[in-house]
This record gives sequence, C-alpha cells and structure tokens, in this order.
Amino acid sequence: MPDTPAALELRDVAKSFGPVRALRSGSLRVEAGSIHALVGENGAGKSTLVKIVAGLYRRDAGDYLLSGEHVDFRNTADAKQAGVAVIYQEPTLFPDLSVTENIFMGRQPTNRWGRIDRAAMRTEVVELFARLGVPIEPDRPTEGLSIADQQLIEIAKALSLDARVLIMDEPTAALSGNEVDRLMTVARTLRDQGCAVVFISHRFDEVFALCDTITVMRDGAYISTDAISEVTEDEIVQRLVGREVSDLYPKLEATVGKPLLEVKGLTRTGLFQDISLTVREGEIVGLAGLVGAGRSEVAQAIFGVDPYESGEVVLDGRPVPPGDPRRAIEMGLAFVPEDRRQHGLVLDAPISRNITLPTSGRLARTGLINSAIENRSAADWAARLEVKAATLDTLAGTLSGGNQQKVVLAKWLSTRPKVLIIDEPTRGIDVGTKSEVHRLLSTLAQEGLGILMISSELPEVLGMADRVIVLSEGHQTAELSREEATPEAVMRAATAHHSTTLNVSEAS
Amino acid sequence: MTTTLDAPAPAAPQPRHRAANRLTWLLKQRETGIAVAFILLLVVTTAVNPNFLFSTDGWRDLTLTPAILVCLAIGQAMVIITRNVDLSVGSTLGLTAYLAGRLFLDTGLPVIVVVLIAVAAGAVLGLINGALVAFAKVPALVITLGTLYVYRGIMLEWAGSDRINASDIPPGLLDFGTGSFLFIPNLAWISFALLAVVIYLMRSTRVGREFYAIGSDPDAATLYGLRDKRRVLQAFATSGALAGLAGILYVSRYGTISSGVGQGIELEAVGAAVVGGVAIFGGSGTVLGAALGAYLLVTINRALPILGIPDFWQQAVVGALIIGAIVLDRYFARRQHDKLLAEREDS
Repeated sequence: MPDTPAALELRDVAKSFGPVRALRSGSLRVEAGSIHALVGENGAGKSTLVKIVAGLYRRDAGDYLLSGEHVDFRNTADAKQAGVAVIYQEPTLFPDLSVTENIFMGRQPTNRWGRIDRAAMRTEVVELFARLGVPIEPDRPTEGLSIADQQLIEIAKALSLDARVLIMDEPTAALSGNEVDRLMTVARTLRDQGCAVVFISHRFDEVFALCDTITVMRDGAYISTDAISEVTEDEIVQRLVGREVSDLYPKLEATVGKPLLEVKGLTRTGLFQDISLTVREGEIVGLAGLVGAGRSEVAQAIFGVDPYESGEVVLDGRPVPPGDPRRAIEMGLAFVPEDRRQHGLVLDAPISRNITLPTSGRLARTGLINSAIENRSAADWAARLEVKAATLDTLAGTLSGGNQQKVVLAKWLSTRPKVLIIDEPTRGIDVGTKSEVHRLLSTLAQEGLGILMISSELPEVLGMADRVIVLSEGHQTAELSREEATPEAVMRAATAHHSTTLNVSEAS
Repeated sequence: MTTTLDAPAPAAPQPRHRAANRLTWLLKQRETGIAVAFILLLVVTTAVNPNFLFSTDGWRDLTLTPAILVCLAIGQAMVIITRNVDLSVGSTLGLTAYLAGRLFLDTGLPVIVVVLIAVAAGAVLGLINGALVAFAKVPALVITLGTLYVYRGIMLEWAGSDRINASDIPPGLLDFGTGSFLFIPNLAWISFALLAVVIYLMRSTRVGREFYAIGSDPDAATLYGLRDKRRVLQAFATSGALAGLAGILYVSRYGTISSGVGQGIELEAVGAAVVGGVAIFGGSGTVLGAALGAYLLVTINRALPILGIPDFWQQAVVGALIIGAIVLDRYFARRQHDKLLAEREDS
C-alpha cells in the first residue's frame, strides 16, 4: 500500500566511523502490523542501521521517516519518545535496581512534587506481565535473571512505551527452544496490535516461521525486499554471500605435514560442546561461525586463558595443561586475540618493547633489559613483517590498525611458536594492509607454522583456509575441505541448529 | 488482543504475611546492622564508663562531633552511588571555611550571606570536579585527587601562615555552633534535616533513581537515554555544596581556621560511606547507611581510648572496620547473586 506511509522507513542511510564505512546505503521499509526480517552477514551493516533507528548513532546521509514524517534523533530518549523501542541481543539493564524500576527508568510517573509514584508503576508492571504471560517478580532486582527474562523485561518496557516500532536485534541468539517460542508468541501479539516489528536473526527457520517480509543487506548496503512467501531459503543465502572470493587472498601452496595441534572433545557447558580439531604443519584451519557461536571462547580455552570442563589439548604430541597460558607459550603456542588494543598490545610502550615482551626473560641476561638488545631483537621481526613506523621507539598506540596487528604478530613470532591461533586477523584493518596480513599468514604457513584462524569474514575464511570448521551455538556443525567450503555450505552450517549436524566430512 | 496469551497472571504478594515480611526486610537491611553495631558500641562503652553517654559532655560529643562528617558522608555517598568518588571534599571544606572567615574579617556581610557564599563556592568547586569527570572522561579518583591538592594549594597560597581566630567570627554563629535545641545540638539538627531531604531525593525522585542507574551500569544508562553527564555534574556539585556547608559548620563549631583544616577528612567520608554499605562501584547503598557509618566511625574513635585500646591500635581498628565492611559486602553480594541465580533455576 504505497499510499499509506510505512511505520518505519529508511532511505539510503549512510554512516562512517572515520575511514570505515559501516553503512553505505541502508534502506528499510516496515509496515505497521508486520514482522519484518532483516538479514545479512556479520558486518553487513544491520547493527549500525539499528543503532541509527534507535537514536544511538546519527546518520551521515539519507532519510529516516516514522509514519511518513522525517525525524532526526539526537539520543535514545528522543527515539523512545517517538515510539521506537529496540531490544538488543544482550539486554542492558541496571542489575542493582528492581524489575519495575528498570522498566520505568528515566520516565517514572511522578506527582506534582516530583515524587515517584511507586504504586502506579508496580500496578502497570503487573498488568504488563499479565498481558505477556510472564511470571517475573516485579520487585526483585534484575541481577541474576536469565537473558530470556531480561529480554521480556525489555519487551515490557517497549509495551509500556506504546512503541509503534519494535526492533529485535538477534533476540533469540541466547535463548532455549521454549524461550524462543514464548518470544515469538509475544512478537505475533505485538504485530496483531498494529506494531511494526523488525526481527533480526541468523536462524532461517525462525525467520521463515515468524516473519512476513524479508530484507537482505550486504556490505553495508540494501540488496532486496520480498514477501517471505515468494522467496526460498537458498535464494536468501545466495543474496547474503553474493560476491566472488577476490584475489585479496594470496593463498600459497604449502606442504601439509604432521599434526601439531590436536584438540579432543573440548567442552565448557553453555559455551561450547565437544569440539575436536586438528591443525597440521603448514596448514591454515579456518574456524567459522556467527558472532556468539563460541569461536573465541574455544580459542581462549585452547590457549589456557579460559577454563574448560573436559577434553584435552595436545601440542606436538605433548598435552598442554589447562589454564596455564605461560606453559602453552613455552610449549610453542601463540595467540593473537581479537581485540589487539586491549589484550595484544601495550599501547603506551614503544614497538620494540611490545615485540620483545614475551621473550624478555630470554633477552635479559643479567636480569636487566637493555634497550639496545631489545631493539636489535625487535628490528629483525619488524623488518620481516614490514612494520611501517619511523623508528622502533614509536609508541604502539599511535600506529594504524594494520601495523599494530603486525607488531602483535612480530611479538608472538619472536617466541618461535609451532602453532599460531589468530582471532579476527584483519578486523578494523584497511583493505591494502589486509592483504599484507594475509600474505604474511600464508608465508608463515609455508614455512611450516600451523595456523588456526578465527574469522567472521566469510571471504577471508574461504580465501585463506585449507580446511574450515564451522561452529553454531557452541557446537561443531561442519568440517569442510577447501573444495567443499562454498559460501553457501559455510553459511548453512553456521546457521544450523546443533541438533541437525550437517554433512560432516572428514578432510584427512 | 489475541487469545494466545492466557497464561495466569503473576501471583500477587500475600497480604497476611505483610507484617512479618516487613520485619524480615528490616532485619536484612544493611542499615539495621550498622545501627545495631552502633548501639552495641554505645552499650559496651557506657558500661565501662557511664560518663560516655550519661554526662552532659558525653552526650554532647556523641551527637555533635559526627555532624560535620555526616554532611560530607551524604555528599560522598551520592557521588559514589554514581560510580565516582570525591576526594577533594576535605580541601573544599578547608577552602570554604577560610573563605567564610575572611569574609567575616574583611567585610561586614551578614552571617546568612556568608553562609550562602560558602555553600555556593563549594558547589562551584564541586562543579569543576564534575565537569572534568563528565567531559574529560578521566576517572574521578584521578581528577579529585588532583583537585584535592589544587584546592588545598589555593588555600595555602591565600592564607599563608595566617589563621583566623574565634574572636574574628561573629559571636552569633559561634553560639549557634555550640548551642542545642531539645537536647540535640543545632549542628546535629542541620545534618538530620539534610539527611531527610537527601534520603527523599535519592529514594523518590527521578534524579536520585538515575544516580543509582548510572552507577549500576553506565552503558545501560546511555542506552536508556538518561542525561548521565548532567547527573554526574549534579552529584559532584551537591557534594561540593555540602562540603561548603560543612566548612561553615566547622567555623561555627571550632572558631579557629588554620590552613590544615579538613585535611584527611575526605578519607573518613569515603570510609563512612563504605562502612555504611555504599558499594564502592556504585549503584547500591543509601545515604542513611553512610550517615550511620559516619556516626559509627566517629564514635569508635572516641570509644576506643575509653575501652583501653592503646592509641597505636585505634587507627588500625578503624581500618579493620572498613576492610571488614567491604569483605562483608562482597560476601553478601555473592550470596545474593547465587540466591537470585538459584531462584531462576527453580522458576
């Protein structure tokens, strides 16, 4: 119905963060009384779009209309006032405050003297919960509530706001089957009451069961919108990935040798179950999956930063003790974490100090670290990795993302590892430096290093990995050889429910 | 409305247990524990030396001495609840006390005008703290440690080795500072009135609840669209204004103002808040608890000599009390957390 304005409409909305264009051209049109699916790979720009709608970010360009009227929100309070409510994947509530207070914070009913009317608040919450069929005690603090209950509180909040537009950003990612059903029931109720619901999810079974319309985004831009009855899951998957694996990924042939890292049945309840994988000499193994699938948790457990309950890790024939990263480093394991600024680098220290940090014990012959020795040792690695900086005394914090990553790599390579675990090797790095990092990884593999690479970027996984292991919700859902690993196959496994393990092929 | 949502409504609380519930609620409150500790301390010390409570001086000291610290502890509690801290209150107290003294000495302004100027000056000093914390995004610990020295430095530069004596202060103010009404010292009445106002503010107004929200989870506060910068400014300005008022109370009580006035009292204020159950990471605790904490700390300091604890150990006892309070806090928080998790499993 083009004559009635849509409840929510975005046209060619753009947003950049510095040089990074998170959203190039986002468009979305959601009618009242509809549940609209918004799908896209990680990094497709969905979250940025949602945050613009929520008033958390301000768009750089494009139109934003609510019921046909142009709006421009300066903060989330403005957006709420206009009837836009957002439920995030990880609900953000105040743990110390009561459920009731969380629902009304910032807009509590007050009398003439500014006194908060607690009784009125409580009555309304009891009514809301009755409407939602939720048995949550209104006076208890939100601390300790399950994510599902916290989301229901967010929904109750949206209801009490009389939200016309409700956006659910991957609400089911952390929910169990029953909880998902309850959430879907609530979403349908809201739709029937005339609310425009946007449902973001990677689970196609839910999308097809719940939504009536679907919009696909890719690489920060709008791709398509269709009625759900007129598209198939396969068509959607194709549109999601729809791009060629470019020659960004200079994969070199390497001779694959003996197994170096063997992980058997690694389990930590609630995070990952029964993960088994092998990384051989000269091999790059990709660990793929959606955000929240448990990839980083597995990597951290292997390295010993996080605990695990059962399973074992063997490096070059010797068991790696759990929970002892120091020992893991000594045995030849290196770990480049996802957030290099927080965990991988001392930003206030010079490049040389950063590179020599893990080997400083070896370098300090007399118990003192001498900066001449430090510089000499660091210079080799910095040169090999082509770190672009005026001198080795440059502070690490002032380098570009790509060069920081090279410093982190240099730091770990100086420990002469046998296996390198690298989490999101090119996140936040510009395209040119990306391929340098890729070439580097490729060269290292050629020299016999085993690499376990976690990446949310599908092209990167497909372009670099000899083998791809896919996780979904903490379960290993596929192990694909380089030939088998098509974008569709990986996406399918990454969105699978763990009960339906897909086509596990042995690649040895 | 669809018919899909016909689950039973949540059960209403049982009215017949209300009185019993009230009692268990009261017993569970942190404030009750501190009040009990305070009373125990009074009973034990009075048993050792009845003059502690039952002499004119004893009673006066008991009620009068904590008044100044109570003012500071109230402000400190507000700031800590927003997940900040204000270490500059001792210097603010000193600076405003000296400012008031100078105004009495150099101008003939009426007392009430001087009081208002001192409070306003404290608020401005607090606003400077708040602005630096809210806009420069530097942790409050660092900012207020800096302004602790800056404000004290200004006072030292200004006062030099001068000191203001009781003879320079209007006698009316001094009489007020040592006088009482209905057996309770005037200064204590002031601190009670303040306490009542702030308790109301923190419990029953949006501003107060938003202080708790911001301290409980600053990121959530942003997502909720709360005006967090403004609230942080308000908390610091209030703390500063209360320190300014405390400066005046100091003048009215002691009369003499040297450049060392208020040195170290900021730590007592933080200690009072912590002992009183205000979580150092914000979001929970009450100003009533902080005020009780102030009473407990001041009274312990006076009781220990009577109980025969050597001088040397008195500071250590206060320190042990603060650490004990924090350990107890962690323990209760942990138990509460486990209990809430367990309830969730049951449901």
